[in-house]
Amino acid sequence: MDIREEFPMLVNNNNLIYFDNGATTFKPRLVIDSIKDYYENYTSNAHRGDYNISLKTDMKYEATRKKVKEFINAERLEEIIFTSGTTESLNMIIKSYFKYNLNPGDEVLITKSEHASNVLPWFDLANEIGIKVKYIELDNDFKVTLDSIKKATTPNTRVISIAHITNVVGDVRPIKEITEYAHQLGIKVIVDGAQSVPHMKVDVQDLDCDFLAFSAHKMCGPTGIGILYGKYELLDKMKPYNLGGGMNSSFTSDGIIEYKSLPQRLEAGTQNIAGVIGLGAAIDYLSLLDMDKVHEYELKLKEYLVKKLKENDMIEVYNENSESGIVAFNIKNIFSQDTAIFLNDYNICVRAGNHCAKILKDELEIKNTCRISLYFYNTKEEIDKLIEVLKNSDMLYQQIL
Amino acid sequence: MDSNLKRSLLLENFQNPTNRGLIDDKSYIKINTNNESCIDELDIMIKIEDNLIKDMRFDGEACAISTSTASVMIKTLIGKTVDEALNIINNYQNMINEKEYNENIIGEAIIYNEIYKQPNRKKCALLPWDGIKEVLTQYKS
Repeated sequence: MDIREEFPMLVNNNNLIYFDNGATTFKPRLVIDSIKDYYENYTSNAHRGDYNISLKTDMKYEATRKKVKEFINAERLEEIIFTSGTTESLNMIIKSYFKYNLNPGDEVLITKSEHASNVLPWFDLANEIGIKVKYIELDNDFKVTLDSIKKATTPNTRVISIAHITNVVGDVRPIKEITEYAHQLGIKVIVDGAQSVPHMKVDVQDLDCDFLAFSAHKMCGPTGIGILYGKYELLDKMKPYNLGGGMNSSFTSDGIIEYKSLPQRLEAGTQNIAGVIGLGAAIDYLSLLDMDKVHEYELKLKEYLVKKLKENDMIEVYNENSESGIVAFNIKNIFSQDTAIFLNDYNICVRAGNHCAKILKDELEIKNTCRISLYFYNTKEEIDKLIEVLKNSDMLYQQIL
Repeated sequence: MDSNLKRSLLLENFQNPTNRGLIDDKSYIKINTNNESCIDELDIMIKIEDNLIKDMRFDGEACAISTSTASVMIKTLIGKTVDEALNIINNYQNMINEKEYNENIIGEAIIYNEIYKQPNRKKCALLPWDGIKEVLTQYKS
């Protein structure tokens, strides 16, 4: 069966060409149905009831944890914590772990192509406890190399916090090499997996990263649910970000709290149960597709897209060498947003802007780009249509009013 | 005004904007306007003397609508008193927001009278005008 048939958004919007998968992805029917099923047939809270539907909820909730564990090959179930998304996961890592494990003068290495959610919490922590945020230099293709990491490392470096794949230029970072080097020096490595986990096989034991954050909605799952992965001994030292129901085993009137063990300790309050169930279905779906095949297909599609874009003299591609489905481009002398709005007239969705990486402009020497981010349901035919429309870009300003 | 003429006026203002490029002169008030919902970013500077707008300049990276309307605004407001300018801005804002307005006083800015048909561009059309309105309102108080 054509996989496009499995996505109601594609079926219901016949002429829509959706190239903004870095922002969010469409959901297969299976995911939508799993959420509907929960709301229509067994709505109940998890970890609470002594009755059948609650037990079913509990089972489904924990089954997703197991699916996530297997999907990223974590060592232990307790290493998988449900959050609201990558942003919350990163904030928890920074504000609930590193805030209590770093000292004034300690250095954190990030890059200028990080997403705001891996920059701003660090700035905040720098103001709060006096750590220093430093930048790893990017090479001519905006890539991070082990060499540039070595150059940026000082005796005070304690953390490297970087995206696995960046959301603007789509470069894949050599995480495994980086963790190997970092761990020799006692440096912790945080990986923002928002743009990688949905698109390629990510194995946390192989990468040996200390923390990994990602979101369900960028991988066919629902919005409002994400994952915080951390090595058990680190998570076990994390201060609970939220305190409340479900995370304590007892508390007394004089303020003595006894916390539950992981993972419940870090999941206070009623969780996004429907989201967790939907994420479970999304992982089922992706596992059937096979992540290695997804990655391979997207790379081929990207290669085709870049080749076609480069045939047009008016197009400038900024990241042709990156090994992911993300392509940043501009039509020469045209503001990216004008291009995006022009493409919208043809039902083609691309994102214009700085893509939440506002300091990358220092490197790219251009503030804003159009971004195409592909997923496995995109096709060559869609790319051909885009290329045809771009050929008429001299019409762009004729259509503006 | 027919749409071809409107379009060519817009393009003219986008491609050859009036007073683009900032200068180093302390007698001007400088503001930065940016659009929370999109990526336009314009710097505008304005010189007011004795309640009269003597000069305005702008620069920045923004879409065709924001850039061209900044140019149109500058042409329209230079030489006006603060009160006249505020009146023009109010009428322009009303036009963009589909409220009643006096089309006789807004000059070339009439070319944006159908921008409401593209709701995602209304903020682009308002960006420089909103910024200058704030400066003028503050000047008055």
